[in-house]
Amino acid sequence: MNENLNNWEAVIGLEIHVQLSTKSKLFSGASTNFGALPNTQACNIDLAMPGVLPVLNEEVLKMAIKLGTALNADINSPTSFARKNYFYPDSPKGYQISQMDKPIVEGGYLDIETESGTKRIGVTRAHLEEDAGKSLHDDFEGQSGIDLNRAGTPLLEIVSEPEISTPAEAVAYLKSIHSIIRYLAISDGNMAEGSMRCDANVSVRKKGDLELGTRTETKNVNSFRFVEKAIQYEIERQVHEIESGNTITQETRLYDSQNNTTRPMRSKEYANDYRYFPEPDLLPITLEKDFIESVINDMPEMPNEKKERFVSKFSLSNYDADLLAADKDIANYFEEVVKISDSPKLSTNWIMGELSALLNNENLNIKDSKVSSDKLGQLILRIEDATISGKIAKDIFEKMWISGKEVDEIIQDEGLEQVTDDKQIEAMIDEVIKSNPEQLEQYRSGKDRLFGFFVGQVMQASKGKANPKQVNDILKSKLEK
Amino acid sequence: MALSDKELKEISYLARINVKEESFSSLKKELEQILTLFEELNEADTSSVDAMSHPLDLSQPTRKDEVTEENKRDELLKNAPSVKSGLFIVPKVIDGEA
Amino acid sequence: MDLHKLSLKEQLEGLKKSEFTSVELTSHYLKRISKHDEKFNSFITVTEENALMQAKAADERYKKDKSLPLDGVPIAHKDIFCTKGVRTTCGSKMLSNFEAPYSSTVYTKLDEHGMVMLGKTNMDEFAMGSSNETSYFGPVSNPWDTEYVPGGSSGGSASCVSAELAPIATATDTGGSIRQPASLCGLTGIKPTYGRVSRYGMIAFASSLDQGGVVARSAEDAALILEGMSGHDPKDSTSLKLPSPDLTKNLKDSIQGMKIGLPKEFFEQDMPSYVEQSIQEAIETYKSLGAEIVEVSLKNINLSLPIYYIIAPAECSANLSRYDGVRYGYRCEDPKDIEDLYMRTREEGFGAEVKRRILIGTYALSAGFYDAYYLKAQKCRQLVANDFTNAFESVDVILSPTTPGTAFKAGEKSDDPTEMYLQDIFTIPANLAGLPGISIPCGEHGGLPLGMQLVGNSLQEDKLLQFAHSYQSNTDWHKKMPNI
Repeated sequence: MNENLNNWEAVIGLEIHVQLSTKSKLFSGASTNFGALPNTQACNIDLAMPGVLPVLNEEVLKMAIKLGTALNADINSPTSFARKNYFYPDSPKGYQISQMDKPIVEGGYLDIETESGTKRIGVTRAHLEEDAGKSLHDDFEGQSGIDLNRAGTPLLEIVSEPEISTPAEAVAYLKSIHSIIRYLAISDGNMAEGSMRCDANVSVRKKGDLELGTRTETKNVNSFRFVEKAIQYEIERQVHEIESGNTITQETRLYDSQNNTTRPMRSKEYANDYRYFPEPDLLPITLEKDFIESVINDMPEMPNEKKERFVSKFSLSNYDADLLAADKDIANYFEEVVKISDSPKLSTNWIMGELSALLNNENLNIKDSKVSSDKLGQLILRIEDATISGKIAKDIFEKMWISGKEVDEIIQDEGLEQVTDDKQIEAMIDEVIKSNPEQLEQYRSGKDRLFGFFVGQVMQASKGKANPKQVNDILKSKLEK
Repeated sequence: MALSDKELKEISYLARINVKEESFSSLKKELEQILTLFEELNEADTSSVDAMSHPLDLSQPTRKDEVTEENKRDELLKNAPSVKSGLFIVPKVIDGEA
Repeated sequence: MDLHKLSLKEQLEGLKKSEFTSVELTSHYLKRISKHDEKFNSFITVTEENALMQAKAADERYKKDKSLPLDGVPIAHKDIFCTKGVRTTCGSKMLSNFEAPYSSTVYTKLDEHGMVMLGKTNMDEFAMGSSNETSYFGPVSNPWDTEYVPGGSSGGSASCVSAELAPIATATDTGGSIRQPASLCGLTGIKPTYGRVSRYGMIAFASSLDQGGVVARSAEDAALILEGMSGHDPKDSTSLKLPSPDLTKNLKDSIQGMKIGLPKEFFEQDMPSYVEQSIQEAIETYKSLGAEIVEVSLKNINLSLPIYYIIAPAECSANLSRYDGVRYGYRCEDPKDIEDLYMRTREEGFGAEVKRRILIGTYALSAGFYDAYYLKAQKCRQLVANDFTNAFESVDVILSPTTPGTAFKAGEKSDDPTEMYLQDIFTIPANLAGLPGISIPCGEHGGLPLGMQLVGNSLQEDKLLQFAHSYQSNTDWHKKMPNI
């Protein structure tokens, strides 16, 4: 595949399924916990036993309203449920209760950061629906086993407009949705466990063409990285097909992460016809204004609001503020550190640098950091008040990480306090100058770059504890003499 | 209202009800009779009414988000035609097929 | 003592006064069932042992002076209501061995009122039919003449009460399945307002039309039991948030000055002269009781049949998708793959009428036809509902025949589905509008009973029962029982 991709542009739309983190299911009182023994969390309603009826979980309405508000969308009232008919063993009723004509969330947008600046992606709708169970294929001698624990778990399906142009934008959009649902605490967004799943609708067209190409839907893309790769693969595949004189078939494809390819799902003799119609076991839902307002008032600050606040209040760059605000836990940690250190820029650098590196190393969440925000704040404070140098701070930080000790305790125990006494520094400098007459002569005859050599010698002599700025100033005046 | 064999096959597939070839013609006749009955609705002027999907003109009640069901797997699986290790057993399902 | 000749109310009083025990009363009915039901096939399952246990418990409660409101009175339940520990078949091969691990709210409520279940009654498969000939467990016959059908789908319930094998029975009504068999078997059958009786555990046919009720020997008996089974149920989202109505309070009040509407569209139709005559006599009776007769117009009522035969099959096509041979119920032999499992399980597990309706419903909902059929039907449904709203501005109840005639012979209409569908032409409109309706015996022809129907405004079951009771206090039609 070495076609000139530059002649082509992709049109991408994402359908994101978000599993809502309710305690009980969308229409039954069974638990939604992940990982229980098969069919131990599937009650008679989830199993579609004869005569059972759905009763709506109130919490999902609140969650959907929050999401809709965060996506700048309208909340429909009344909103109603419909039946989507299809047969599949993990769909026990033979239909899925979903939403068709009146989805709870409609017509919103999301701003994402791209290489060429901020881009607005339209959100067509977000609707509530039931998750399906799971088919297991191993160990049943050519048969499948059906586990309906997941059946009936509430989902919000968020459908974007086909306004995404590159795999990178798709990832940015997906990450932004991920950030929002985590902020709102409506889902854990765990892609590996399937609590956030993504289907990508992709088509390509020659640059400048107005007409859309035939699209494919790629399912089963369950990590940010795979979304990028699957879409990239699909774009290249489609361009290759067209340039080879073939046409694109409108079809559903599955992403194979092991081989990084997509393949068509087995096609059926007849097309699917979901025969949507209003769910007669449930009535339309009227969402009272007061209810909606109380839910909105209960919402936390959202990532974009937080980002703007970080820029204006802490004078952070757009880039830094965006990074910090994307994750609620990181943002909270940051604010706690700043409260103590009173140095937003230095705090940002430490969180994104040293802390991030150690967390990644040990695959830890910031919530489980071995250095608390308090302790990191104290460390930065000691840099700011010149008790220690930045270099020593890095050593101390590693010690704090291992021992869990406070910064001051380590400084005291190891005598790492910075030397800031002019007299003491002068004495060290005099000693260094005295023992390096050759270099002194060379310096004085114009070899300026030997200045660094002297700084290094002094720092070495002080075991890194001398205040670098003072060393600089005093050394300069002494050498010039 | 005529129904083609192809349409009948499609409906029977959508409904997942096998229909034997030999009963096609009689079934088609019965269904066509019913479809003819539907044509009576064409006379009605419905330009100024909304669709009535339910006899109750009320808003949906909701329940609190609480786990009220306990594990009753043994009892619930008792009626199943085929069960192994707490799973319902069916002929092999091809992934993603729906 | 012929205990079965006592009304349900008298039986309850007898139990309270210790004139007989519940075990005696229950045994009496069980004996009658075992002696006579062979002829009628009105029961699918007789729960003898369980019934005697319940009866014993009721007697204990009477002894301890801790009796429940309907304690110790026997009842038969339509086999559409799930009953924990007792199989529930819905008249289908699909569920011929199904034992629900839960009970319907209707069963639970009546059980909590102390009622004794005699068994589960036969019915048209999944409540689809008007003659009780579609049951997997064989047809039910009419106790007035066993060559005739008892009506359907609650044919078993009507047949067993009419043969006095049970003092009362639960039933369900989607397009007339309580009122039509009540009419054909000479009983009082009431379908309450949609949402009065919980649908939880009542196996669904068409969710927006299904409603539970009773067939009884009088309005007074019906009122007692309907009160016990009504009321809000949080397990049914379409259950009205209202307490159980007091249906006996106004039962004996006069109907003097109240208005009965006669829909001219119904009376413009051709009907057998004996039907016309019986209805005319009933009207005269009501006039003599002080009611005022008013002509009303339900101008879209003629659309009811096509509306119903789009909406009910559409809903049923989805409601019956769960019968797929995976989690419970019938499964075909040796399925070669999952599609084969579905296709043959459903081909073999469902009877002809059920399959016909699923196919029609699937067609009506399919792409390209939804607007022309389903959506159009929903709009027309609103027109019919509006007609009733307008009519009830000027009348208290609307009177019509319940059925186009008396019972027909078994096999007479089973070859022609649309001919059979006409059986429900008078009863369907109340289901479409969600209104309460009652059928009460008002005549006979050729030795077979005939009923009239009263439809009331939303939530006015009490008024319907008052009209029915007032009629029954002045006529004897409801007291006539077949000689079995």
